[in-house]
Amino acid sequence: MSEEIVSELMRAHVYRLASSGQRVDGRVLDEPRKLSIERSFVKTAEGSARAKLGNTDILVGIKMSVGEPYPDTPNTGVLSTSVELIPMASPTFEAGPPRPDSIELARVVDRGIRESKMVNMEKLCITPKEKVWIMFIDIHVLDYDGNLFDACSYGAVAALASVVVPAKNVNLGENFPLPVEHWPVSVTTAKIKDILVVDPSLDEERMADARITVTTDENGDIRAMQKGLSGSFSYDEVKRIIETAQRVGRAIRPILRSS
Amino acid sequence: MEDIEHIEKEMKLINADGRRLDGRKADELRPVRIEAGVLRRADGSAYMEWGGNKVLAAVYGPREAHPRHLQDPARALVQCRYNMAPFSVSDRKRPGPDRRSVEISKVISEAFSAVVFKEQFPRTSVDIFIEVLQADAGTRCAGLTAASVALADAGVPMRDLVTSCASGKIDGVVCVDLNKEEDNFGDADCPMAIVPRTGEIVLLQMDGHLTYDEFQKAMEMSIAATHRLYELQRDALRRRYSTTLEDIMKESPPAPAAPMSESESPLPPEDDFGPEGI
Amino acid sequence: MQGSGSLRPIVIPGEAVGGPGLKPGPGTYSEGGQLFAAQLGIRNEHDGLVSVIPLKGRYIPQRGDAVIGEVTDLGASHWLVDINSPYPAPLHATESPWRVEFGDTSRYLKVGDVIMAHVLSVDEIKRVQLTMQEREARRLNGGMVMEISPTKVPRVIGKEGSMISLIKDLTHCQIYVGQNGRIWLDGNDQDTAIAARAIRLIEERAQAFGLTEVVRELIEGARRETRGPRPS
Repeated sequence: MSEEIVSELMRAHVYRLASSGQRVDGRVLDEPRKLSIERSFVKTAEGSARAKLGNTDILVGIKMSVGEPYPDTPNTGVLSTSVELIPMASPTFEAGPPRPDSIELARVVDRGIRESKMVNMEKLCITPKEKVWIMFIDIHVLDYDGNLFDACSYGAVAALASVVVPAKNVNLGENFPLPVEHWPVSVTTAKIKDILVVDPSLDEERMADARITVTTDENGDIRAMQKGLSGSFSYDEVKRIIETAQRVGRAIRPILRSS
Repeated sequence: MEDIEHIEKEMKLINADGRRLDGRKADELRPVRIEAGVLRRADGSAYMEWGGNKVLAAVYGPREAHPRHLQDPARALVQCRYNMAPFSVSDRKRPGPDRRSVEISKVISEAFSAVVFKEQFPRTSVDIFIEVLQADAGTRCAGLTAASVALADAGVPMRDLVTSCASGKIDGVVCVDLNKEEDNFGDADCPMAIVPRTGEIVLLQMDGHLTYDEFQKAMEMSIAATHRLYELQRDALRRRYSTTLEDIMKESPPAPAAPMSESESPLPPEDDFGPEGI
Repeated sequence: MQGSGSLRPIVIPGEAVGGPGLKPGPGTYSEGGQLFAAQLGIRNEHDGLVSVIPLKGRYIPQRGDAVIGEVTDLGASHWLVDINSPYPAPLHATESPWRVEFGDTSRYLKVGDVIMAHVLSVDEIKRVQLTMQEREARRLNGGMVMEISPTKVPRVIGKEGSMISLIKDLTHCQIYVGQNGRIWLDGNDQDTAIAARAIRLIEERAQAFGLTEVVRELIEGARRETRGPRPS
């Protein structure tokens, strides 16, 4: 994600609006864009979802295969998450091996899913120490208009919930839905000077000084966090951000759950 | 022994009535749907469903060519990147280019170079991105056909759209537009792309085994099919730019699309697709 | 027939747009005595010249164009300006409105500044030079910049500036339209937002008839709404 310039004039405009609680696209400061989810978009994947957060558009496909567990977790399945920032999605994305941006993004999405224990990984063990199910979450960013952290997380969670494990193909009994037990929701807040905005648009993201992603579960408990960019937050701001993430999370969760 | 296998295979791919596994006749295309202008950031874009294929194409440019030493002082570069999503095939594909996708990208770039008015944009590049989201044989034809719509949607000056289709041979019978099983178990596959107005062939590949007569039959089938596809490409662009003002005043999404095309194309009804739009 | 909802038919690259006796204009090409569309757009015929008015496409600079640019880099005696085109556009210090000492460019324009400038020259390989010596050229302060498709600029301006004058009059905004698709607007926040909506509408439906009335309705409706009972 190489930097695109934001003019001083637009910085001033966005900040002036935000100071009076407004945003260029008409939202209020703690309002996310419209989220829509389309499940089972790809038939070649065991689970998939297309997530559109405003004009940010991503496609997640999940492939299941049988493999060896990690030695330190012999009784649990394996989760692997990657994000491809394909050059189709933005004039600033370039083809090539994953850069730090896409690796961080994949790891933050992965952390929310893993730490919330969304999927019961122990039920994905076939033979301890030998055979477990491996889940590959591949996130394809199609159209980048800001806040990939949340869009990718929503897509991945919805896609996981649609997975049917192809046990029959490998003679391991009947196919079964993935054992989903929790519903993590990621909410990202950007800080522009002293103002906090939820679900930053592309322009807001490009002029943000700091960014923080908070993933909460259905109890409002915190399951993953990531602070980014070179600016900082006060402790009071962090608390406010978490409270907003809990509240916005409650509104988003039903959209992820409904099929 | 070999003969028996051969007969079994024949029974499987084409039945006694000359119908194919999916019920198609030899010269029949799979269902096709094209939407133009589906992405926001790209200068032009198109989405295409063709049988079980789902492809997305996007165009950026003409834009400053990078790195600079690639710039041609006399004309624009036309560069295509064809890529398959890891989940687009039954066994997960490792992300990134492989030799196959590099070759496909090259021949598609060359096909479009033949129609873009490159001299109008010295030192720039026109970048075409094709993403295969779900693959079911014929992805390069679908990608190229969609990319052509994306180029027009981007306003890139060009002599004509380019349209692509494949024909091949299954169980000794020449057929158009092979699906995955037919491609896997068939005897030959021959993708081509054409400039429909002039008949110039701008992409041609073949693998397998065809007699010269079979090749001619295959090409005739492909050419006939590209004329039908050409109408669908044009129809997608017309629909994209023909929403009415009333729609926009209500701020509703782009028009729910007029009926596909009025040509008497023998396409099966397109009701086996998912929800509209991408 | 041609009410506010009707549209001009579009032509697609490769489509025949005229026969013998007609001359090929912009957006067309001739082959074997026939004319064909080279671009997606609307067919236009005037005095035997056929052209296609494009609906999409990048901005390609032409001498004399007024453009809105963003300073992206500076040297000892020039600034590099992004004018939303495939070609970077330098502005030499001698073409600025100021007497700039060598090495002192940053005193006048910094990276991230927005300017209104003109295209001084374009050579055969599309090397561009800008100038700020025309009357309206200036550094833009305050307000906001929006981007539209450069091909829609003529519609936003309207016949002899009629459309843009209408928007300015109804919204009391100050507006500059660059040929490169960048538009600078300045006014109070609500009026700026309404003007931006009107411009967006023109962009999206540039090929429709009766746009002027639709734009007037949109602005007047929106302004009534914002002036209505609304918690301050």
